[in-house]
Amino acid sequence: MTPRRQRMFMVAAIVLGVGVAAWLGTRAFKSNLMLYYDPSDLAVQMPPAGERFRLGGMVEKGSLQKTSGTLDIQFLVTDYKHTVPVKFSGIVPDLFREGQGVVAHGRMQAGTFVADEILAKHDENYMPPEVAESLKNNPPPPNVPVPSASGGT
Amino acid sequence: MIPELGHFALILALILAGAQAFFGIAGAARGDARWQAVVRPAVAGQFVLVSTAIGALMYAFVNFDFSVLYVASNSNSALPTFYRVAALWGAHEGSLLLWAWILATWTLAVAILSRNLPTSFASRVMGVLGFVSFGFLLFTVATSNPFERLLPAPADGRDLNPVLQDPALAIHPPMLYMGYVGFSVAFAFACAAMLEGKLDQVWAKWTRPWTTMAWAFLSVGIALGSWWAYYELGWGGYWFWDPVENASFMPWLVGTALIHSLAATEKRGVFKSWTLLLAILAFSLSLLGTFLVRSGVLTSVHSFAADPTRGLFILGFLIIVIGGALALYAWRAPLLKSPAGFEGTAREAFLLYNNIFLVVAAAMVFVGTLAPLIADALKMTPLSVGSPYFDNLFPILMLPLGALVAVGLHAAWKRGQLGNSRKRILLGFAAALVFGLAIVFLGYGPGKPLTPIGVVLGIWIILSSLIDPVDRLRRRLTLPRAIIGMTIAHIGLGVCILAISTVESYTVERDAAIATGETLTMGRYAYRFDSIKEIEGPNYGGVRAEVTVLRDGVPITVLHPEQRHYWVQRSTLTEAGIASRWNMDMFVALSKEVGGGRWSVRAQLRPLIDWVWLAAGLMALGGVLATTDRRYRARATASEPALAQGSAAEAT
Repeated sequence: MTPRRQRMFMVAAIVLGVGVAAWLGTRAFKSNLMLYYDPSDLAVQMPPAGERFRLGGMVEKGSLQKTSGTLDIQFLVTDYKHTVPVKFSGIVPDLFREGQGVVAHGRMQAGTFVADEILAKHDENYMPPEVAESLKNNPPPPNVPVPSASGGT
Repeated sequence: MIPELGHFALILALILAGAQAFFGIAGAARGDARWQAVVRPAVAGQFVLVSTAIGALMYAFVNFDFSVLYVASNSNSALPTFYRVAALWGAHEGSLLLWAWILATWTLAVAILSRNLPTSFASRVMGVLGFVSFGFLLFTVATSNPFERLLPAPADGRDLNPVLQDPALAIHPPMLYMGYVGFSVAFAFACAAMLEGKLDQVWAKWTRPWTTMAWAFLSVGIALGSWWAYYELGWGGYWFWDPVENASFMPWLVGTALIHSLAATEKRGVFKSWTLLLAILAFSLSLLGTFLVRSGVLTSVHSFAADPTRGLFILGFLIIVIGGALALYAWRAPLLKSPAGFEGTAREAFLLYNNIFLVVAAAMVFVGTLAPLIADALKMTPLSVGSPYFDNLFPILMLPLGALVAVGLHAAWKRGQLGNSRKRILLGFAAALVFGLAIVFLGYGPGKPLTPIGVVLGIWIILSSLIDPVDRLRRRLTLPRAIIGMTIAHIGLGVCILAISTVESYTVERDAAIATGETLTMGRYAYRFDSIKEIEGPNYGGVRAEVTVLRDGVPITVLHPEQRHYWVQRSTLTEAGIASRWNMDMFVALSKEVGGGRWSVRAQLRPLIDWVWLAAGLMALGGVLATTDRRYRARATASEPALAQGSAAEAT
């Protein structure tokens, strides 16, 4: 093979490789895209059955129920207009508590959001904007650091 | 008074940075020796001033000066001294100051070590660094002043975020920033080369040690972050594809590509413009990473709206630095020719494949990390990209890269014949196949489909890296540090692939609600929940459990997971109980009481998890060793004539 033809082969292989990577990437991207819903969104339109999505809002005060001695919990997620019941079995993050913002990953099953993951973010600074907004509208208790308070914004 | 002194020093440093940028770049352009003579003193002065500023802020932290807003927001009278110092970089303003100080330090190192470089080139390098420094200091002074007063001063501070009160995390940001900022030196070298309009192999030789050093720091920084996440908040995970992690991983991937591309440029004079582009890219991603994490942009682009000046400034700065460099590149890169050709299986070609895989991987991480931000900016439905996106794609890119490393290590420059190495490559592969499959099928069990591939590949890379140095030793040839470094770093890569494949496949995890006296069984191992009692630390209270680990019914160690409540921030934190063995970690984390005297716990057995960080350590060690190779130190005498030759050749 002449060097020239060899180079052509190399270029072709690279183009092909990057193309395949892009194709795989797009596919993986599409299938792992999770849309965000708050309870009001769900009241308007439910996502397609079985689709995994993110639910965000506040854990309604007084709604948290534990089944004693197990990891099962139930609570209501609210945006102060609508509420959605949520079920979860497992360990909840340290920041999880009533009256606090929460983001859960999971699917709707018979009107209940069955969460497979409750987000353990590093701190409130990484809360999604919608939840942060509702935090602002409903002043959090003094012990809760307000998003980016330390940034002086 | 001291904080005002710091503030004043910062403003003076800003002015000096401006002078350094102007006289460096304009002085070199005009060939004015007197103008260029200003640059080094400006660098030294800037270092002293920024050190004064950071010293003043540290003084305020150590002495509980809560009249400074930043101190009041991030410290507390109960906070131990070590964390009061670390609290300095616990939030946005202090991080920027730390960034500026590290940049001043790197620039000082450049000023001292560049005495043997041609004056105009050194001036341009320091001028570009001065420009970057100017931008950062202006941003700090104008929008994020860490010395802002809070009057009347509160009686006590709001404390440092408890998750940051940890030794690994205290040194994680400085390490990370050493890496980020270190890439600014490679960036400045690239810009200076473009401004000069010439780039030769000597240029690559100058740039390499700086870049490799920065890369080593970044590796350590990332590993520390991952280690911290593992024992402090990860509930046992070590990498979450969290935007914050990705922000540091992207510059690392591109930086890895850059150090390899630089090798080809130095040895063979190829990939010149590509190397320049990578240098620009690595630093751009470092800037992006800094701002993404520390400015709160990741929360959402709405935080731009919360403080429009900050957001606009960041955007403007990124556009000027990245856009300016790319414009310079578009203008100057066509001047650079890479004359030497090479064959498809020559070492150059393998380095090219390496670069393609790494850059595609970085692009993939970029898309997954920034898509939610872009969707948010365009006011589309908020979306997020789940970690399966990364989990599925990343191995597809990294496993072929691993195989290319194992083969490519034996390729010669220019010539494509793998001929006499073919036997070694196959021998290494056969040995790896036997070891790897034995480990997988006899040791652990089948695991996931990619597991045997990953394990075999990891071992193959380790063996393959060793062949050449061992051969050299046997033939009594010298073993320069550059080769030792390269070997160690590649062994690190092999260990990394091996460890991640194992951890991902064979981790045993159980979440349970458990009462004292009960036992949780996982294969041959069992966790016995012995007792739980109250504890009190300097600024927190909480509970600590005692968990005995039994293997085949015999107690082998005791774990002490804690659940802490920090008083000032009133937040709860989980301190995992971990016992490390050479081949696995025994991990237990204690969560809340769930009623009926039961506590929720997560128990894990993670094989080879510590090897992941060991791997990062090996890579960094390799990088440092390569940097200290003799030929970089010998550049004073060797490079001058070579440079004259190189530039003569380039000019024609």
